[in-house]
Amino acid sequence: MIDALPLSVTLPLLGALAVTVSPAHARGLGLLTAVLTTASGLAVTSAVWSDGVLRADLGGWGAPLGIALEADGLSAAFLAMANAVALAISVYAGGYFKQETALHFWPLWLLLWSALNGLFLATDLFNLYVTLELLGLSAAALGARTGTREAVAANLRYLLVGLLGSMSYLLGVALVYAAYGVLDIGLVAEAIEPGPVAWTAMTLMFGGLILKVALFPMHFWLPPAHANAPAPVSAALSALVCKAAFYLVLRLWLDVFAPVLNEAAANLLGVLGAAAVVWGSWRALRAERLKLLAAYSTVAQVGYLFIAFPLLVATPPGLARDNLLAAVVLLALTHGFAKAGFFLAAGMVQKTAGHDRIDDLGGAAQALPAATFAIGLAGVSLIGLPPSGTFLAKWMMLEQAMILGHWWWLVVMMIGTLLAAAYIFRVLSRAFNREPAPYRFVNDARTELPALLLGMIATFGFGIAAQPLWVLLEQGAFG
Amino acid sequence: MSFDAWLPAAILLSSMIPGMMIFLLREESHRLRTVLNMAGALVKVGLVIWMIGGVYDGQHYETRWTLAPGLDLVLSADALSVLFVALSTLLWLVTTIYAIGYLEHSPNRSRFFGFFSICVSATVGIALSGNLLTFVIFYEILTLATYPLVAHRGTPDAAHGAKVYLAYTVGGGALLLVGAIWLQALVGPVEFTQGGILGVSPEEIRWELILIFFVLLAGLGVKAALVPLHGWLPQAMVAPAPVSALLHAVAVVKAGAFGIVRVVYDVYGVEFAYANGLLLVLGILASVTIIYGSLMALTQDNLKKRLAYSTVSQVSYIALGASIFGPIATIGGMVHLVHQGLMKITLFFCAGNYAESLGVHNVSEMDGVGRRMPWTSLAFTIGALGMIGVPPVAGFVSKWYLGLGAADAGSNWVIAVLVASSLLNAAYFLPILHRAWFRPAPQQWPQEHRHAGRMEIAGALLWPPVITAALALGAGLFAAAPFTPLEWATLIAEREYGR
Repeated sequence: MIDALPLSVTLPLLGALAVTVSPAHARGLGLLTAVLTTASGLAVTSAVWSDGVLRADLGGWGAPLGIALEADGLSAAFLAMANAVALAISVYAGGYFKQETALHFWPLWLLLWSALNGLFLATDLFNLYVTLELLGLSAAALGARTGTREAVAANLRYLLVGLLGSMSYLLGVALVYAAYGVLDIGLVAEAIEPGPVAWTAMTLMFGGLILKVALFPMHFWLPPAHANAPAPVSAALSALVCKAAFYLVLRLWLDVFAPVLNEAAANLLGVLGAAAVVWGSWRALRAERLKLLAAYSTVAQVGYLFIAFPLLVATPPGLARDNLLAAVVLLALTHGFAKAGFFLAAGMVQKTAGHDRIDDLGGAAQALPAATFAIGLAGVSLIGLPPSGTFLAKWMMLEQAMILGHWWWLVVMMIGTLLAAAYIFRVLSRAFNREPAPYRFVNDARTELPALLLGMIATFGFGIAAQPLWVLLEQGAFG
Repeated sequence: MSFDAWLPAAILLSSMIPGMMIFLLREESHRLRTVLNMAGALVKVGLVIWMIGGVYDGQHYETRWTLAPGLDLVLSADALSVLFVALSTLLWLVTTIYAIGYLEHSPNRSRFFGFFSICVSATVGIALSGNLLTFVIFYEILTLATYPLVAHRGTPDAAHGAKVYLAYTVGGGALLLVGAIWLQALVGPVEFTQGGILGVSPEEIRWELILIFFVLLAGLGVKAALVPLHGWLPQAMVAPAPVSALLHAVAVVKAGAFGIVRVVYDVYGVEFAYANGLLLVLGILASVTIIYGSLMALTQDNLKKRLAYSTVSQVSYIALGASIFGPIATIGGMVHLVHQGLMKITLFFCAGNYAESLGVHNVSEMDGVGRRMPWTSLAFTIGALGMIGVPPVAGFVSKWYLGLGAADAGSNWVIAVLVASSLLNAAYFLPILHRAWFRPAPQQWPQEHRHAGRMEIAGALLWPPVITAALALGAGLFAAAPFTPLEWATLIAEREYGR
């Protein structure tokens, strides 16, 4: 059997080359690559599901010399989400872009996808840096594709911030290498011990990643960049690129810096997360445009993820901690599906109406029922109402917070939930008006169905059957 | 797995699946939509009849599904859930017929009936919830499904009413969630158990439990329209008449009242709640709501608004019944869950008919409607008399048991509340009946649509109120017969107290 691990990184890379060589067939080749890449990504996940942790040493060279790829439950979970969402985005992009714009979209998009899969599978701190850098570059270039002044300015800033972030991360990696002489995550974890070097390295690396994940107050670059990109790119940026940085934080937290960590660092992240929840939700509520609203909502949703760290540190290893970890992953994955669905649907609304000013969206519920439903379903997940994965994740996090006696997280999360309800229903309430329209549920299958499916997975899929995630995380991710 | 384990899920899905399919239909597929609606409603009736028989014989139906480790979705049928399921299933059937007639020729019906079905599914889910988590899930889904129904007309008024509705119910939902999580963190997964689960709780968490009770009560009180959380209900009457009927009689306010009953009897346990003074607070809240709602109803000229305040008042009889320690009052509260539903849905159907065929929206315009629309007005009269508590209509039975139970428990002030409320009910309903039957009709109705057929209005609009009025009368007349709401409520009370 062909090894799916390297394939999920190399396939999109080959696809990117192919579309560059043959721009006339960009759409066809791009979609073909998308399908194959998703298949290989899901093959990795199902292999981890059934056989446990997978590892491939490229060219037969093992660590510390060669490049190795590894998939445990955690990477497999993120990999599956990213590839499913990326497939939906690809199908949507096939309908969304005209032929001439598509030329520029596909190579960068496939490059981004390759970097993304590489990031989830890489096992060594330097290779992680490479994928992180590639991801940032392709993302910023894609984000500027609309070509408007705002888009270019926003994405130039995004690029610089991204570079700064990866630079800081790289410095941390250099410190680690200088101190311990190894880069493989497993080997570093064995060697690391609390001390000023480890502390500095951790601060630098987390600092860089926090900038990339857009945790408050480092979120300033995100809303303009995400709101001004073309819809499929916005979806990828908010749903996948941010999640990749978060995955890396989680990975380093669990596997590398566990012995160095203390409560103060965790509490700091938690407090920043809480501020992000409140501030991001508030700004989303005040946003005038649909996509800007979605972008601020991402700032808030990232905040929820970081609230998990103080809880993780305070919970002793065991079943409760495993459940908490799984809840955080569930939250991240649900948000990936929901936010991508939201952006894709918002893109349809924008395209049909010619604008995305929330106050003038009347009639969308009649004219674009499927897109409105997608926004509604994704919205249910963003608010955290049942039956969504977010609801289950929040319930578990809050129950653990109450068991620990940390009731303030409950207050913060309820404020965020209420604000989220306010900003989502602000959109949905504008969708109704008296204009009768020919009610056809789906008007343009290629763009509306991906959005609808993503919303449904976030809301019904994860909300009704989250159990499989636990089975997957059993493979090497639980302590 | 046997069919018994799937029966609760099947009842839920019998309206959920048609609802999902209706969303996909084109606007002009009237016939298919009607077929789906009616098929779902009839299948549900059949399944519920099956379940009633089983539960009566002591059969236990339970569907359990693990959402995530430690979080189970539990649908189970005990006597109390069957009472609510039967009510909502029956009234859904009737309301669907009414809605099909009422919305003929109006736009966006696929969307409407889709959410309509989801709404009823959520209500059935609430009724069948076997633990607090499941209850919270369906309670929130109910909010989500009713919002588009309230906003359905798309007018600025509707948008405003829907916004107020949402602000209240989402806030209430958040409180309920907080209470549920807090409780679960203290005592582990909360399964609804006859007699409650907190009777054996340790002494040192008692104050926390009492505090949680009030958080839960505040969350449930929003939907149950307990004063001062009732503000959304009169606003939400901008919705189309079948939706109002659903909100007031079947789904939303009932979900709140039902939740209060569940929390008192099957989470805290009536003895725990009594011993810690929780029942007294609930009783006072309910009494205040009863009197306040009636007083407000007196001052409303808009018919639907008057009915809405009347709901505020009448639904609290259920909470009142739960707040009196003793099986007789429990019977009174439980049976009112059904009786109020039958009477109030009749009144809203009739209000819809007056508005539809005569353009009459206000009480002051109702002079002489009795002669113009005799059948509708007859149904309205039965409903109104029942609300006042005139025998032999169902409302009398509820009030009789509540009063008897209060006397039995030594709470004589409750009897005073009941008397005062009945007088107020009479004060705001009798003038309507007087106008309808004894005043001459005006030269011209505000906006008359003459119906072409033999009857005063289309059959789909006439039969539903006539049927529900007949049921309200029958539930009172034959209260002692087997399988009446009263007999079933007695069964519940026996099971709650007779351990």
